[in-house]
Amino acid sequence: MNDAQLHALREAATDGVSCDGLRAERTEDGYTFATPEATHEGLDEAGFDALAEANPWLVSNWHVWADASGARAAYCRWIERADDLGVRERYEALVEGLSREWGQLLVTAELGEDGGRVYELRHVDDANAEPDALALHDDPLDAREIATLDADGRYRPLKTAPTLQRGWRFAALDGRDLVRTVEFFYPATVANWQREREGDLDVTHFRETAERQTGIYDVVDELDPEGVENLARACCVDSQCLKRREWDEDDEAELDAPRGDGEFPCREPCSLVIAAARQWAILESEDSRTYEFELTPSEKTQLEEIVGAVAEGRTDEIREADVGDGANRYRARYLRAKLTDEDGSFENVSGGQ
Amino acid sequence: MPALVIAAHGSHLNPGSHDPAFAHADTIRAAGAFEEVREAFWKEEPSFREVLRTLDSEQIYVVPLFVSEGYFTEQVIPRELRLEEWDVADWNSEGTDADHVTLTAEDVGKTVHYCGPAGTHESMTDVIVQRAESVTGDPDVGEGFGLAVVGHGTKRNENSAKATEYHAERVRETGRFEEVHALFMDEEPEVDDVTEFFESDDVVVVPLFVADGYHTQEDIPEDMGLTDDYREGYDIPTEVDGTRIWYAGAVGTEALMADVLLERAADAGADVGNALDLVRQRTGGTAAAGD
Ligand code: SF4
Repeated sequence: MNDAQLHALREAATDGVSCDGLRAERTEDGYTFATPEATHEGLDEAGFDALAEANPWLVSNWHVWADASGARAAYCRWIERADDLGVRERYEALVEGLSREWGQLLVTAELGEDGGRVYELRHVDDANAEPDALALHDDPLDAREIATLDADGRYRPLKTAPTLQRGWRFAALDGRDLVRTVEFFYPATVANWQREREGDLDVTHFRETAERQTGIYDVVDELDPEGVENLARACCVDSQCLKRREWDEDDEAELDAPRGDGEFPCREPCSLVIAAARQWAILESEDSRTYEFELTPSEKTQLEEIVGAVAEGRTDEIREADVGDGANRYRARYLRAKLTDEDGSFENVSGGQ
Repeated sequence: MPALVIAAHGSHLNPGSHDPAFAHADTIRAAGAFEEVREAFWKEEPSFREVLRTLDSEQIYVVPLFVSEGYFTEQVIPRELRLEEWDVADWNSEGTDADHVTLTAEDVGKTVHYCGPAGTHESMTDVIVQRAESVTGDPDVGEGFGLAVVGHGTKRNENSAKATEYHAERVRETGRFEEVHALFMDEEPEVDDVTEFFESDDVVVVPLFVADGYHTQEDIPEDMGLTDDYREGYDIPTEVDGTRIWYAGAVGTEALMADVLLERAADAGADVGNALDLVRQRTGGTAAAGD
């Protein structure tokens, strides 16, 4: 606490102050100063000041949150567990730092000067890295660049894909810059999380989103219920996206696909999912046929393993000599050489073209 | 203080697609005319659908970083921003006249000043000329030079051609270049035959596109005969049929483009203070990041 904070508290007491266990009032009978432990009434200014001096954490904590409101304040208070921990406990913990995970972000709140807050942000997998080992940033805008490519240099069209690269940290951010930085990594997640907490999240389900589409996306609403189920299973699970899916097929038809365990909700199918849905709506409009061709049991298993490995993005990890894995490149090439013609089409398949 | 949203297309496939929106937003942020400046995208995040809820401001100026009026400015953006009172007739536009309308975004209850696209603003003409200066490295370029403004052109959206012709005509009126023509990728007169339309020995070709991508980096250079295979690159200038072609790439990457976005907001009533001067000082003659 400093003199400015004390002065501000005295002023604010005229209108009444109540924050995290601190209560301060000024009436005709003098000041009231109440802590979670005791209430003191009828104080003169010197008595009031003495109690404030004796409870510096309560005063500085009030000062931190006095003018804060909206999603930003709710988010910063959530980080330091303000609704669960008392001020004393929190201040003790803030000396070491209080952390929360937000997708792949690790946000840490610490005490700054005069009880103010400073925030640090890094990749969760860098939780134990030495600060010097991480590239230091202080401009929230830098998050846009970090979020653009994954560790292998591939473009990340979905910001909440679990492929955020490591090796950086943002230090000494104030609350405003912290939320800006988080929102450059994961746009709109703080706003939607806050809406959800207030019971105010406006979910738009798949059908409604699909019906709104125009132009080349007009066909999206032709995807049948099973297709929508498969769409969510393909795209909206934790291994692909860290948002927690809150949309379903429509108000009545809940999807079985897991929603994900993410901290922040997804309130509507995203543009990537709509683009994928368009592709599937077109593909699903084909009629199925019966094909007949011969495979050994191991070859059937191998095809299943290949589909699995591609779907999980695991092909890069399969070692060259690991010919025991059905999705091994040499295994796949052998199968291709055996079953397909020069164009890569299955030979000797009857029923299809 | 109000906020500015730059509404751009973005891409699921090409990371460079968002660079112009980022670069111009940074320029405008640095000029300090808005409390908040945020990029929003059709194919990236924040989406048009969610950008308004990320802003504190109650007054929001939205400027589409698109080159022409049409599908995106008339249907997609107003719909996704939930401007339910939107009616395209409010533009009262023949294809290049959209200015601004003030509406309420239903989900957030905020006031949105929805502006016409950057590409049809009259100051876009200056950006095209600036692009010609940048690519030739000559602030006085014009004498002995022809200028081609290249639009997409398509049967689906006739306004795309209108915007191209509009700026070509405005550059022509300045008398600065020997000849000025509007050419197109998908309709006559085609950019493939660029040298046939010009008598000058030097021709600057400026595509009226927001970002560099497939069309401006692959299609157009190959179609014009600058290179057989875009991967091998080409010189600036490259001689084609006896004409030196100075190919500028997408006009939207020119730093001065930030000025057009600001002008759109100012026309819609935003108090931008001296930001226009600051932006022009900062962007006159220098190329944007990602260029
Ligand atoms: S629609 Fe699915 S993939 Fe897209 S953001 Fe939401 S949860 Fe993630």
